[in-house]
Amino acid sequence: MLAVDVQKQLGAFALDARFASEGGVTALFGASGTGKTTVIMTIAGLTRPDRGSIVLDGEVLFDSDKRLDVKPWKRRIGTVFQEARLFPHLSVRHNLDYGRWMSGLPADARAFAHALELLDIGHLVDRRPGKLSGGERQRVAFGRALLMRPRLLLLDEPLASLDAARKAEILPYLERLRDDARVPMIYVSHNADEVRRIATRVVRLEAGRVAAQGGVEIL
Amino acid sequence: MLDLTPEEWTAVALSLRVATVSTLVALPFGIAIAHVLARKEFWGKPLLDAIVLLPLVLPPVVTGYLLLVTFGRRAPLGAFLADHLGLVFSFRWTGAALASGIMAFPLMVRAIRLSIEAVDRRLENAASTLGANPFWRFLTITLPLTLPGIIAGMMLAFARALGEFGATITFVSNIPGETQTISAAIYSLTQVPGGDAAALRLVAVAICISYAALLAAEFFARRAQRRLHGD
Repeated sequence: MLAVDVQKQLGAFALDARFASEGGVTALFGASGTGKTTVIMTIAGLTRPDRGSIVLDGEVLFDSDKRLDVKPWKRRIGTVFQEARLFPHLSVRHNLDYGRWMSGLPADARAFAHALELLDIGHLVDRRPGKLSGGERQRVAFGRALLMRPRLLLLDEPLASLDAARKAEILPYLERLRDDARVPMIYVSHNADEVRRIATRVVRLEAGRVAAQGGVEIL
Repeated sequence: MLDLTPEEWTAVALSLRVATVSTLVALPFGIAIAHVLARKEFWGKPLLDAIVLLPLVLPPVVTGYLLLVTFGRRAPLGAFLADHLGLVFSFRWTGAALASGIMAFPLMVRAIRLSIEAVDRRLENAASTLGANPFWRFLTITLPLTLPGIIAGMMLAFARALGEFGATITFVSNIPGETQTISAAIYSLTQVPGGDAAALRLVAVAICISYAALLAAEFFARRAQRRLHGD
């Protein structure tokens, strides 16, 4: 269970978003420039809200009144960015292992093999990210976020940088991830079709505010 | 091919030792200062920046003289280091290494700093979300991505140390076998009649070492680049 209530002033743009997610896939939906990415970055801990609070599974991650701000590396929230952001100097295997290693988790060969199979990236493990295609890169990024065993997965328009054909290729993997991993997800997108396929709940943002929230029918 | 006398070999070996030690000892400080200048904002940052650059613009003799009055045996700091740590700089090869290191420091810091500034911060943010605290993030992401700049910085520092003359000769003099590097030896040889042949031999050696250092740096920088962008 995630409860978000954040305010932030960015130049002339004012973000004031309040919503909750009960698990499953919650889509943050809206046109570009409505503050979707800013919201998700405050949840990850990479952007600091001016005011408000963020609570995940009963743990307060941010609370401006109590001056509480858990550092991003202590939040255990997996994040997949628009550009995969794989580490170019590490092999795919080490990219996948990075989160587990940094979080101090023991090696789990079964989880590793399962993620490889789920995302169909087994043949890539010994390669470096430099020569992967956009779709392959993004699948590795999913695996990397998943293998840190996150409490919550944040997906920031993970398909936006791909062309239509690649998108169609990746979407099934996202659905498998949703059905298999059983990690609650926040999925940022401006694409209604994508959201209909992936999300169980929708929070619609307009000009930095929550305009509506409910099932996919509100799209 | 090169018929060097034992004295000349001594000067060559000493030069290599001084340049290597000064580069390696300066490296951790260089990385630390470069990181602070590249990433931190604080009051007095322009002052720190200027102090680091100072040896580049000061006459080397001035730097050498300042070292002499700071680290000389009779200077408080020099006496303290000699008495408590057994670290003597004046008229020793260690002093030559110190002078070379300080003269080379601005070049090293500049190369590493530019390289750190070029590292994609978004990769560091990704590492943070994956559980890496700032220390591990620096060690596993920032530092490896900075490697080409670190190699370039070391190369510049090594070359600068090899060519260092003014500060060294002012600080630790020109003692054969102790502080007489290639540069100082060449200078001495040009001051005596009939020293031309020996001077030319050392000049040839200096060219060889510098060229080899350049090739080695190029080789390692290419390898690092391939590691960063290959498949």
